[in-house]
Amino acid sequence: MELKTPLYDEHVLLKGKIVPFAGYLLPVQYEGVIKEHLAVRKECGMFDVSHMGEIVFRGETALASLNHILTNDFTNMPLGKVRYSLMCNSNGGVIDDLLVYKFADDYYYVVVNASNRHKDFEHMKNNILEGTTIEDISDSIGQIALQGPNAEAVMKTLLPEESIPQKYYTAIEHVDIDGTDCMISYTGYTGEKGYEIYTDNEGIVKVWRLLLEKGKDFGLIPCGLGARDTLRLEAGMPLYGHEMNDEVTPFEADLGFGVKMAKEEFIGKKALEEKGEPKIVRAGLQIIDKGVMREHQDIYVGDRLVGHTSSGTYSPLLETSIAQALIEKEYSGLDTVVEVDIRGRRVKAKVVKMPFYDR
Amino acid sequence: MFKNPEELKYAKTHEWLKEEGDVCVVGLTDYAQDSLGDIVFVNLPAVDDEVKAGESFGDVESVKAVSDVFSPVTGKVVEINEEVVDNPALVNEDPYGAWLIKVAEVSEKDELIGSEEYAALCEEEH
Repeated sequence: MELKTPLYDEHVLLKGKIVPFAGYLLPVQYEGVIKEHLAVRKECGMFDVSHMGEIVFRGETALASLNHILTNDFTNMPLGKVRYSLMCNSNGGVIDDLLVYKFADDYYYVVVNASNRHKDFEHMKNNILEGTTIEDISDSIGQIALQGPNAEAVMKTLLPEESIPQKYYTAIEHVDIDGTDCMISYTGYTGEKGYEIYTDNEGIVKVWRLLLEKGKDFGLIPCGLGARDTLRLEAGMPLYGHEMNDEVTPFEADLGFGVKMAKEEFIGKKALEEKGEPKIVRAGLQIIDKGVMREHQDIYVGDRLVGHTSSGTYSPLLETSIAQALIEKEYSGLDTVVEVDIRGRRVKAKVVKMPFYDR
Repeated sequence: MFKNPEELKYAKTHEWLKEEGDVCVVGLTDYAQDSLGDIVFVNLPAVDDEVKAGESFGDVESVKAVSDVFSPVTGKVVEINEEVVDNPALVNEDPYGAWLIKVAEVSEKDELIGSEEYAALCEEEH
């Protein structure tokens, strides 16, 4: 049985096309993926991302626990800062990718993928140090992502400038949006400027309605999971279960920036050291022939199988098919021509620079 | 609600069929285009290709998904809709105008249903 987010009734009201996703009933689109995608690129859109998991770390050893369990280094992280990290298993495979928010020396907020939430919590619980407590508060938190070039203008209709985070990957707690106590971060998953707003389940409905109303003058429309995926793909951002999984290392997924090998110790470090330079890398493909590349399609150079697509779609902005691929390093050079097996049809594509779109 | 013109016949796999003399015209239904969303690519057979009743003759890609298109009849393709190949969004805009293929020398037909029965099927699947 799928769960409903606190915004479920709003989606039905707005005629969203509801589908099950990661255990939740969410809109895949309202009026159309292309329209919603372009609204975020050119004006702004908002997404219900209440399905995301939130796990709170507290205690004197919270920092040490995070540094032990996660691959990034959180030492000397300023208050109100947000940091991306991987969480690896002892073989160096990725358990999840996530964001860590720091609100006090003994208080961190970790945002994880909905589909991994229970697995993540178990792993964290089994590996925290004495003096750290963790709590999964996902069920009591709703989240909206407001994204696009007009996102800041919409926020300014609700809030004074000092209540809006000004730097990428920073956050402000206890912001009052029309009587609702919110946490706001300057983050997102679209490649556009934007914010993610967290609050309780009742408050999130009020904020959703308020944004819809205030956003009208700025071209804001509600957007579904379909556009969320095409936007993140164009922006070259990875998705767990696609570009990485329990068997793919952060280096293979080209996420080495979230791994600090100089750190004294963390789970998976030893395995990553032993594995050395990756033979497989994540690369971007753009189709040359006609067709649409999708996930899990084999990639060939001549008769040689050299990799597979991890995500693929039609890019509404570039008006052609793009894909992210895990491919043998020697075939990952820019402009390398490969063939992708699209349901039995070999279609030519070439390696291009990622992100496919950069504002 | 979905539009299902009365004069057409429907396959349970969401294709419509119109008989124009000896030629059968095949397209995707309103329900099919709505389920797929924005259609961006249509892969059709070539003229003179054989199609078989109940078998896939092409595919339709939307931004979010790919779907096979099944032929309700066995026969020979005599025309494909080049306009749709060039502008796949026509299927979203006008599913009953934007036909996909025309088939002649029809030797076999699948059991098709009328608009009312088809509407009930869509209702069930929706």
